[in-house]
Order: sequence, then C-alpha cells, then structure tokens
Amino acid sequence: MKHQLATFKLDNRLYGVDVSRVQEALRLHTRTAVPHAPRTVAGLVNLRGQVVLMVDLRARLGREPYGPDDEPMMVVVKVDGEPVSLLVDQVGDVLELDSEQFGPPPPTLEPALRDLVTGVFSLEDGLLLSLDVDLAVRV
Amino acid sequence: MDGMDDIVREFIVESYENLDQLDQDLVALEDQPGSRDLLGSVFRTIHTIKGTSGFLAFGKLESLTHGGENLLAELRDGKRPMTQRTTDVLLKMVDAVRDVLATIEATGLEGESDMSAVVADIQSVLDDPTEGQSEEATVVEEPAAQHDEQVDEETTVEPQEVEEALAKAPSAAPLKKTRIVAARKPRTPAAEPTPAAPHAAAPKTIKSRKAIAAEPMPSATLSAAVDDGYFDDLDSEIAEGTFEDEAALEGVVEPEIVVSNPAPVTEKVTAPADGEPREKTARERESGPARSASEQSIRVDVDVLDALMRHVGELVLARNAMTRLAGDLGDASLVRASQRLSLIATELQQGVMKTRMQPIEHLWSKVPRMVRDISASLGRQVRIEMIGQDTELDRGLLEAIKDPLTHLIRNAIDHGIEPPTVRQAVGKPVQGVLTLRAFHQGGQVVVEISDDGKGVDPLIIGAKAIERGLRTHGQVAEMSTQDLLQLLFLPGFSTAETVTNVSGRGVGMDVVRTKVESIGGVVDVQSTLGLGTTWRLRIPLTLAIMPALTVKCSGETYAVPQVSLLELLAIDDKQTGVEYVGDAPVFRLRGKLLPLVELRDVLGRPERESLVGAVVVVLHSDGGPFGLVVDQVLNTEEIVAKPIAAAVKSIGLYAGATLLGDGAVALILDVAAVARRALDVDLQEAMKKVAVDTVGASKTEPMLIVSVGEGRQVAMPLGAVTRLERLNASVIEQVSGSAVMQYRGKITPVADLAQLLGDGGTSREEFAVVVCTRGHHTVALVANEVVDIVDCATADFSEVSGYGLLGSIVIKDKVTELLDLHSAVESADPGFYDAEDAELVGAGSEL
Repeated sequence: MKHQLATFKLDNRLYGVDVSRVQEALRLHTRTAVPHAPRTVAGLVNLRGQVVLMVDLRARLGREPYGPDDEPMMVVVKVDGEPVSLLVDQVGDVLELDSEQFGPPPPTLEPALRDLVTGVFSLEDGLLLSLDVDLAVRV
Repeated sequence: MDGMDDIVREFIVESYENLDQLDQDLVALEDQPGSRDLLGSVFRTIHTIKGTSGFLAFGKLESLTHGGENLLAELRDGKRPMTQRTTDVLLKMVDAVRDVLATIEATGLEGESDMSAVVADIQSVLDDPTEGQSEEATVVEEPAAQHDEQVDEETTVEPQEVEEALAKAPSAAPLKKTRIVAARKPRTPAAEPTPAAPHAAAPKTIKSRKAIAAEPMPSATLSAAVDDGYFDDLDSEIAEGTFEDEAALEGVVEPEIVVSNPAPVTEKVTAPADGEPREKTARERESGPARSASEQSIRVDVDVLDALMRHVGELVLARNAMTRLAGDLGDASLVRASQRLSLIATELQQGVMKTRMQPIEHLWSKVPRMVRDISASLGRQVRIEMIGQDTELDRGLLEAIKDPLTHLIRNAIDHGIEPPTVRQAVGKPVQGVLTLRAFHQGGQVVVEISDDGKGVDPLIIGAKAIERGLRTHGQVAEMSTQDLLQLLFLPGFSTAETVTNVSGRGVGMDVVRTKVESIGGVVDVQSTLGLGTTWRLRIPLTLAIMPALTVKCSGETYAVPQVSLLELLAIDDKQTGVEYVGDAPVFRLRGKLLPLVELRDVLGRPERESLVGAVVVVLHSDGGPFGLVVDQVLNTEEIVAKPIAAAVKSIGLYAGATLLGDGAVALILDVAAVARRALDVDLQEAMKKVAVDTVGASKTEPMLIVSVGEGRQVAMPLGAVTRLERLNASVIEQVSGSAVMQYRGKITPVADLAQLLGDGGTSREEFAVVVCTRGHHTVALVANEVVDIVDCATADFSEVSGYGLLGSIVIKDKVTELLDLHSAVESADPGFYDAEDAELVGAGSEL
C-alpha cells in the first residue's frame, strides 16, 4: 500500500502529514499575536477572508523557538473541515512511500514527540516522522 | 417535510401563526369576557382551521376544531359566559391542535394520537347546563350580541356585499352614518364623525395599515349594513333612546369594531383600484383581522436571509479594504468610485438588516399564555402589561433572548409576585402586574421585565451567599444593596426557599447572564423591597455587523465594540485628572473616580513609561464604568465578527476576531471579561459604591482635612478630634522606641500619619498636631498642615483603601483618603479605646 505524505522540515528533521489533509502551503502571512494564548498558538492569520489559527509546530514539538530572522512557512491543514495553519521551517516535496518503509516510532524519541508521531518511514537519506494532524493542532 | 404538498405546508405555517394569536386572544378573553371582538377573532381562527383541515382531509383536526367551534359559537352568541373551565378546555384544544399539526409537519399524516379525550372534554362543557345563561350576557349584552352576529355573518359569509356596499358608499352612507355617530359620540370620542365617503373617495391618501386602524374604520362596513337596511332599526332605536343603560350603548358600538376588523375591508379602502381576485379576499377575510399576510409580503426562508447577511458582512469588509486602498493611492476617480461603493454597501447592509428585524411582539405573543399557565399553577393572579411591542431587533437575537426572557418571567411570577392572600395582607391589589417594556436606546434594544411583587431582600441574598460559601461575612457586610443584588447572577445561586417546578433549582440567573452576554448584551437588576423588581436586558441591534472602535496597544490593533463605549478621554502632558489611590490609578471624571485599566497590563505587554499621550476609553461594564488605557485610538469601523478557534476563545478575553481594512486580523476585546479580569473585585465594587451612593442622599459629617507626606490628603471625622495645634518638631521625643511629646503637662503618645500610611515620615520644622482625648488618654497625630474642614457625606467615600485607610473621596478636586482614626490612634496608644472612663472629649476644635 502506498502512502502520500506532504513533507516539511522542522529543526532539521523531516516530518510528513497525510497529503489528503493538506489544503495548501503558503509563504508566511502577517499574523496577529494573541496575548495570553498558549505558547503553541503562533497567532491568527487572514486566509482569504477567513480567520485561521496558526499553530507553532516548533513549540508543539518542544523544539527551539524561531529567531527574528527565521522565515517560516505555512502548511494549511484541514481539521474537522476547518483550516488550521501549521508553522514550519520549510515545505518539502510530496513523497509516495511504501508501507514496508513504515515502522513504529523509536522508543528513543523525545516524550513531546512520541504522542504526536504515529510512526517513522525510513528513507534513503534519513527518517521521516509521520505526524498525527489532529493531535498536532490541539493546542 | 420533503415532498409535502405546498398547500399543506402553507396550512401548517399559517395555522401555527393563528394558534399563537389564539392563545393570546383566549387569555385576553378571560380579562374581558364579553369582548365580541376577541370572540369573533377566536371563532374565525378555529373556523379557518376547521375548514382547511376538512378540505385537506385531516379528519382528526376537523373533529377537534368542530367541537371548539360549537363552543365558541355559543360563547359568541352570548348563550354562555366565558368561564375558567371554558378557557381551560379551549386552550387544551389549542394544544391538541398544535400536537396534531406537529405530527403532520413531521410525517405528513395526522398520526395515531387519541384526541377523543379532548373532544369529550369540550362536549362535556357544551352539555353542562350549569354553564348556561348568565345575567350579564342576557340582560346587558343581548342586543349587542344580536347585532354582532348578524353583522359579522354578513361580512364573513357574503363578502361581495361589503364590496358592493363600498362602491355605493359615497352616495348611500354619509347621512345615516353621521346620524349614528352623532348619537353615540359622547361614549366613543375616537369615532369621529367621519363619513364613509371620504375614505372611499380618496382612498389613496391612506397609506399604512396603522393609520387605518386608528381611523374610525367602521364607516365603510357600517355603510354595508346601512345599505342592507339593517341599521335603520338601530338608528331609530338610538334616536329614540330605547337603550336605558349606557352599557347597552357601548354594546351597540362594539359590533362596529368587530365588523371593521376584517382585513379585506381595509385593503379595499387602501387600494380599491387594484383588481384583486375575489377568491383571495374571501380567504383572507376568513383568516381573521390584521394578522393575515398582506399581498405585499412574502415568506422567505431564514437560511436565505442568513446567507445574505453573511455576504453583506463580507461586502462590508471588502468595502473597508477598498476605502483604505483608495485613500492610500489618492486617485480621485478611484476615491469617488469607492465612495459610491461605500454608500451602496451601507444601504444594502441596512436593507438586509431590516429584513431580519422582527418586532419583539413575536416573542411576547407567547407570554400571555405562559403567564396564565404559570400563575395558575402557582396560585398567583397576574396581569401583563406590554409596552413597545413593535420594537424591532434582529431575529437571531430575538431567538437568543427567548430563553432568558422566559426564565425572567417565570422568576418574576414565582419569586416576585406574591400569592393573592399575601398581597391583600400588605394592602396591594390582589392582581399582580408584570410589565414588559422594550425600547431602543443608543443603538441598543432595552428589554425590561418588571413585577410589582415583594422585591428581593438584599439581606437574604447576603445570607444565602455566605451559606453557599460564595462570599464571606466580611465581604457581605461591606456590600451595597446593588452589589448584593448582583450576587443573584452568581452560578449556583437561588433564593427560592422551596424548589417549585417553575423555578428555584439553582441554575438560573447565571445562565441568563451567560446567554445575554454571549450575544454581546448586558443584564442587570434593580429591586425595591416590597415594591418589586426590574430586570433589564440591554442587547445590540444586530450581531452580524457591529460598529467598533479600533485601538492600538503596544503596536497591536484591537477592536472594542461600541456597545460598551461611553466616551474617550485624552491624557494631557500634566496628566490632569489622573490620581492614585494606593497603587491603583484612577481618573477623576466629573467628580467621580473612574478606575483605570491598562490594556497593556491586561494583555501582558510591556508597561507604559508614562500615561502622557495615552487615551482612556471609558467603557460600560457590570461593575459600572471603567477607563481602559490604550496607546492610541485609530478609527471607528464596521466590523464583522468572525468565529475564532476554541483555543483562542477559551482565553476568555476575546469576543472574536475581525478583519481590518488592510486585511490584518484584529482581536475583538470582550469588554465584560476584560473588566472582570483587570479590576480587582474590591476595587470595582468600591468604585461602584462611589457611583451608586453619591446618587442617594446621605447624611453629612464635618471632616477635618490634613495634608500628609508628599501631597496626600487625609480626612478624619472632626467629631473625634479634641484640639488642633501647630507645634515645632522639637517637641517630639523618643522614649524607648516610641515617639511622645509633652502636651499640657502630660506625656502624650504621638503617631506620625505619614509614617503610618507608609509615606516616609513627617520631616518639617513645624507641623500640625491633631489631638484626640478620651478620658485620661490623649493621643497626638502628626500631619503637615491642616487643610480645611468640610462637610461631606460619609457614604461618598469609596472603599479604595490601603493600610490605615477606610476609603477615599474627591474633595475640592483632590482625592482625599479617609483615615482609619481608630487604628491610627491605637497605634500610638493601644489602650485608648479600652478606657472605661467616659466619652471622647471634644466634639469640636479649640484652635
């Protein structure tokens, strides 16, 4: 069985989400900060007239926060029919992967990640962590 | 309802409307048992339903309404009086009809439910001989009943006649008409001697239905009767003074009102030229007065309107963006075009909003029936008064306030209005009055529910609050009446001593408040013990698009709904008006202290260096007005609230988000939540006290004002002061760590007020000493200067306080703190108040 995953880079790691969940990938829009929101909320953005929540995946995955010079990108995913924007370092290709490449998350994975990663695809040049979108946007 | 015949659907919708009207009419009938007008209306409604259900082969409905019709016919003919039992059975029938309609709506069929019990009930009332003739009906109203029936029949059954008569009216009617009118003029001043002719001759001048209702409409219909020769007899009767009783005369007048009501007549008068098919007019005639839909209105699916409103919302946002762009580019023709767009968008918005507006009557029409049922089950007697039924508001909001309103009404009857025996005992009319009032005020709709019941006892509320552990004794003791009433809105609060099935289960006012606040409204309560309670809802006109103020705070833009906005204040270079009570900044606004809330603090943004240049946005909240300090006010903008993610909503500071003209997202501040979060509860309540108490007259007391430390003013009651002295600093000596001085040959303990109030110490060459003496004890309080002695109302003191203080007040444009004299004196001489030997020496000053 083949899996199609939209991939993106985050803190030098490759992540992937089911391509059917992805609406689009965009350059960073002007975002509005939300005071007193959890750290994982990166703000709100105007996506063609719709106010969309932006999730800081770095914060969600327990990685280092972005510096002032970083230019993250947005991956817009659908959750319960509503768009949610994920903040990522860099958007990658859509990969078609085989079930045989898939394995359970390694026990060495950090606890913050273990809950959100459904499994690992082994690629030629490294690993691809498959993310559970529904859990990832739960801020 | 898919696949259901349009005709059935229409029947159901129309019947529901008619049944609502019926509920009202039946309840109203109990108050005015003889009203032909109401009876006629009720009869026609039932008759219509019966007729249509027979036509559509709904046998069950037909048999139900048939019984009711028979009963009503007897009532209308005056053969039986209206009694409680009759009303009950008729209402039961209405409910049964409603049930069947619901089944038809759901399944398209009448269903299996058994209606024979209701039918039997009606029959038993019909058969009951004791319910028969009444004196009232026979003696006084008999003639009226006769006329009524006949006239009514004529209009109902043979519509052509009216029209024919109308056509003839100009020539035939005036003479006789005038005579009748003249005969009864003293009794009915409303019926001016306006002959029928003007109506028929110049019908185009009468535009609105309302105007017609106000006019003496009988003329046209009367002319029909006159034409028929019927009223000839009546005329002579009146002329000859056959009626001995004035009431009988009144009775004669009444049938006119009945016949005048059927809508077709008014329509004919307004538009005699239009070739309306006769069939339709006849149908409308059947369905009763005024409420029948005029041919000028159509039914529109609410979803369509909702979608339309959404689109208009988007259009408004696009317009905002366009206006901004045009302004930036400065192209004259573009600006013109955008202005035109703006104008059209505004008109469109208003138009669409208007389609969604409904008079509050829609909601209130169900109230009389509800009140009747509740008061019957609780053994209360309640009369309803409604003022401002035609006040309009958005149907979504109407829907949203339905539950709160129902709750408040139930509550008013259950907890407000006393049982008849109690009312009698306290000398009130046995029948309680429940008043519903609606009106527009400042772009909002205000809905009031008042009862003339026993009111809410603040002491009981206080006790309940303590009992439930919601407040402590100390807190309650310090609360004003208004504050105590606010406790009613706390979750888990119910003052009902017993739980009834109507109310008192402890979920109540907090739900009302939550619901009202969720639509951007406010609810408050006022109550006078023994006289009644008024609940007031203030709600925005519409939800979809709201005017808002955009403000800047720490580089970010926020929207503040204008519903809560009272005024804007700028803080000038000298920070005029800004004072500090303890650490809390307040603004002195027209003699009152306005607590200031820094939006930066609320949002956890870096603190402002100086208040200079900031803007105070004065907002209305539950706890009274407060000032929100922002960096800058940008604009007023029409905004469309967009839903926001739960993660943002749950922060509890934002009512939503919106898009600004430049496309940026701005958060809409939830003013009530900001106020709750930012204002320390005590501070807020103290401020409220300033507002509330200054209104009421309170006793005044002379106060001694002294200056303390760096520009602070402290007040103390003059009555507690024995003498004022001006002494040199050298008199103070230290004895084993305490300050004392020799005063009138005695060693007197000294308390430095500046030190006491945490303002360093008084370090001056010369200072003022306030001497308090009680028996053998004397204490000296050190201050900078005596400033003044003023009379002020002690109640004016707000309870903004710090250590050693009781509150504060504005005296001669300066915030003055009220000294806790008791503790100040005790700090110098702990035994001062223990001394048994008699009173305070003083009550005045020996300067």
